[in-house]
Amino acid sequence: MIYMDNAATTIHKPEEVRAAVMAAFGTMGNAGRGASVPALDASRIIYGTREKLARLFHAGDPRRIAFTANSTESLNIALKGLFSRGDHVITTVLEHNSVLRPLYECRENGVKLTVLGCDGKGRISYEEMEAAIRADTKAVVCTHASNLTGNMTDLERVGAMAKRHGLLFVVDASQTAGVWPIDVEKMQIDVLCFTGHKSLLGPQGTGGMYVREGVHIRPLLSGGSGIDTYNEKHPAEMPTVLEAGTLNGHGIAGLGAALSWIEKTGMDRIRQRELSLMRRFYNGVFRIPGVTVYGDLETEKRAPIVSLNILDYDSSEVSDELSTVYGIVTRPGAHCAPLMHRALGTVEQGAVRFSFSFFNTEEEVDLAADAVRELARG
Amino acid sequence: MREKELRLVVTFHTTADAMAMEKACREQDVPGRLIPVPRSVSAGCGLAWCAPLTEREKLCAVMKEQGIGPEGLHECPVRV
Repeated sequence: MIYMDNAATTIHKPEEVRAAVMAAFGTMGNAGRGASVPALDASRIIYGTREKLARLFHAGDPRRIAFTANSTESLNIALKGLFSRGDHVITTVLEHNSVLRPLYECRENGVKLTVLGCDGKGRISYEEMEAAIRADTKAVVCTHASNLTGNMTDLERVGAMAKRHGLLFVVDASQTAGVWPIDVEKMQIDVLCFTGHKSLLGPQGTGGMYVREGVHIRPLLSGGSGIDTYNEKHPAEMPTVLEAGTLNGHGIAGLGAALSWIEKTGMDRIRQRELSLMRRFYNGVFRIPGVTVYGDLETEKRAPIVSLNILDYDSSEVSDELSTVYGIVTRPGAHCAPLMHRALGTVEQGAVRFSFSFFNTEEEVDLAADAVRELARG
Repeated sequence: MREKELRLVVTFHTTADAMAMEKACREQDVPGRLIPVPRSVSAGCGLAWCAPLTEREKLCAVMKEQGIGPEGLHECPVRV
């Protein structure tokens, strides 16, 4: 099998990740619940992972990192916990449903929403974004990279704009965390939402969020916290305020090992390899008659994703053909990105997404490009 | 690309329904496989059960027995 659906989840993890999860089974107690040896072991491993995440995102204090199950949970906590009736929020057509659906729910509760469009290559206009800011605007919410086109948002530019206008800046880093540098200070990000199982190379069921000091989010859940038991209210301090109930300690142990592997390997090296594989694939397919590639491939500042269509073929058929005949795993259809597909005019056809990881090889990339060439011959 | 043949394509409301269908069909030796939903058919779930046209009765029996309410039952050309 040639796995090229790394934007959905990475299958190939560093061996250390598996070892850390296995070691946690059978030894890990419940973090923050008592001072027994297993409970403290769990607390130490989880705190260690917070430290690594804080380092990765330049967050300073590890206690500003809360763990969740994935980006969707982080985004739900952030968006539903920050906005209230009368607030105006700006977002973009690049967003995944994990941003859009919570925002639509917010809209039902009186939040006003502006969704910025894009050009033919799926790029947003920063001028339009600034022009959309009004007196009642509370926040800009945007993805670091489209999960369909791989196009990236200039977070430093948006962050500076948000600060200039006194807005909150909420970022979905699902497709970039661990591959592209994210500096919450330099980029002036107030809330950063990430998942552990994609480019961070951790287990599924891990994720989290950075919340800037002074930003208060109404928690979605309340309950067990291990502290302040006799208080009828859930503790208000980070990270406990957003972490009701037992954490996914086994998964977080794996995520911690993945973060160590990323530190050891070097994010620059990881990114250069992924982008080189992406470029090699793009160069192999973009001139093939009948192949349409979506997004801005002129820049190297992008996520390692190439989405394409072949002639007018149904993307589901092409993906099934790639899987059944060539053993190449891709993702067809709508990718939970309805507005991006609408903007690109691919609602009916969908698109076939190839997304690369550090562990793909040049040989796999060439086989995939050859397969596209064969399919385009009809 | 492989040739297309007319097949029965069952679409589902949820992925869980699609997985229940696959499990039941495998247990009962009912032929077919999960495929991405063809664009000619719109569905809530991205997976569809694709089977020979001759299996309609068996498929319906499996779904009835398992309490799987299909979103749609279509005859459409699929590459096999």
